[in-house]
Amino acid sequence: MTDIVNAPKPASRRRSAIAPLLNVLRFLLRSPTSAFGLAVIALLVLLAIFAPLLATHDPNVQNLNNVLQPPGGNHLFGTDELGRDIFSRLLHGTRITLNIIFLVTITVGPIGLAVGTIAGYLGGIFDTILMRITDIFLSFPGLILALAFVAALGPSLNNAIIAIALTSWPPIARLARAETLTFRSSDYIAAARLQGASPFRIIMHSIVPMCLPSVMIRLTLNMATVILTAAGLGFLGLGAQPPMPEWGAMIATGRRYMLDSWWLVTFPGVSILLVSLAFNLLGDGLRDALDPKQMNRR
Amino acid sequence: MKSVEVTNLGIALGHGAKAVNILPDVSFTVEQGECFGLVGESGSGKSTVLRCISLLLEHWRGTVKIGGASVRDMGVIERCRTVQMVFQDPYGSLHPRHSVRTVLYEPLRIHNLDRRQERMEQALRDVGLPISFLDRFPHQLSGGQRQRVAIARALILEPDVLLLDEPTSALDVSVQAEILNLLSDLRARRGYTYILVSHDLAVVDYMCDRFAVMRSGEIVEVLDRAALENNSATHDYARELISASIAYDRAS
Ligand SMILES: Nc1ncnc2c1ncn2[C@@H]1O[C@H](COP(=O)(O)OP(=O)(O)OP(=O)(O)O)[C@@H](O)[C@H]1O
Ligand SMILES: [Mg+2]
Repeated sequence: MTDIVNAPKPASRRRSAIAPLLNVLRFLLRSPTSAFGLAVIALLVLLAIFAPLLATHDPNVQNLNNVLQPPGGNHLFGTDELGRDIFSRLLHGTRITLNIIFLVTITVGPIGLAVGTIAGYLGGIFDTILMRITDIFLSFPGLILALAFVAALGPSLNNAIIAIALTSWPPIARLARAETLTFRSSDYIAAARLQGASPFRIIMHSIVPMCLPSVMIRLTLNMATVILTAAGLGFLGLGAQPPMPEWGAMIATGRRYMLDSWWLVTFPGVSILLVSLAFNLLGDGLRDALDPKQMNRR
Repeated sequence: MKSVEVTNLGIALGHGAKAVNILPDVSFTVEQGECFGLVGESGSGKSTVLRCISLLLEHWRGTVKIGGASVRDMGVIERCRTVQMVFQDPYGSLHPRHSVRTVLYEPLRIHNLDRRQERMEQALRDVGLPISFLDRFPHQLSGGQRQRVAIARALILEPDVLLLDEPTSALDVSVQAEILNLLSDLRARRGYTYILVSHDLAVVDYMCDRFAVMRSGEIVEVLDRAALENNSATHDYARELISASIAYDRAS
């Protein structure tokens, strides 16, 4: 634990960049719940990477002589109404889930941060305009708004991702603005202004780093909602289209056979539950790990 | 080095009906190379004067001239290289996530100065910190070391005028003396013009040639350092302040 502090001189430059990350990781692993979340997400990533190797069958090959087989034997999690192997479909579904999370995060994070920090730091007319736009988006429930978007754009996975991204940036912007307001009058911002830094530079160099931890926590906690919304859209037939092995869509088609063949909905359902739970636990862990009061220990 | 002339400086803060006239009308001049003190009770507007001079506050009336040129007419770049400020609280004036290297490198990059490594090392040497501190973060520094970094940040742009807003009031006594020595040492070597805010007359006595006593936004009287010894202030409030301070010194 203390070896970071006493790191040998030559390596200390590089280490000072990685050390905080390692510390956060160590902190997360110390608590069982966030360690569990981290483990599930690591597993999810590994499964997604090696899905083609681990899958026992082709996820899209139908075999009508072999429909609705219960778990066991040749099919670990059984087969669906078209004779496709559910285990293999779940494995390939991890890629879709990760894809959704990744795309939503890389759009929502920067947009929310940019809107929030610009509104908060520049204030005045910028604040009024940006925050009214944010309020408009916030005044609809996320799923309803996403539904409306997908209905307008046409059902497909990409449109579902766009819709989810459009509905999940406003809370991030609100958060970033609130954080910015607490820093904008601080002396280190005044010092940066006295050195001639432009507003853009101050936002990028001084404000964004201060907002980043809470935005990251919020994004992580948000992922559970993103997964559930994506599954919900899939379930309603507005997200991923057949034959894509998206988990929500799998539940939707499995629903008709639920009473006799429980495995059709149970395995995708448990997967969704597990992954969204994992992101929630990780987000909670991050909140503790990135707490400013902990900063002095790092 | 440059002189500072403040004439009829006035500012109201707050909006609409709630606006308060913080500084009704302040004038004073500081010779080049002089250390000029601003003393007064809390809330008397000392920091506000410095914030107006440095243009951190913009909506003021009157004129502020540094070396004969109005600060409003200077470009940003020129102004930054003319006047810099050291803040009261070293715990709040350094960005918690910027290393000392970043703190010192940023101004060099903004002003596009050459020999950057050399300048950073020189700045640290000037304030008596080892070069290895470049890779430290604020939470790895003591209060006195932070204030030294803040001074190095102000000096790295080679300004003519330094505005010091209670640079030692957040530090404990032994560290206070160190920082004050450092500041007067730097002035002796480089001839900076200082405007030093303090509510501690002992600090003013040690550092300043002349000082102004402020009360509720107005300068009551401008005095020489010598006035402290025999309390030759003519204005009642200034006399009271000085005698209270002398009584306090005797008691402690
Ligand atoms: N944004 C603002 N709006 C309204 N009033 C303000 C604002 N900022 C400061 N003031 C008022 O201006 C007055 C002067 O403040 P200033 O910070 O200059 O005092 P000071 O002399 O530096 O005090 P201290 O010794 O406590 O630092 C105070 O009475 C304060 O309440
Ligand atoms: Mg003050």
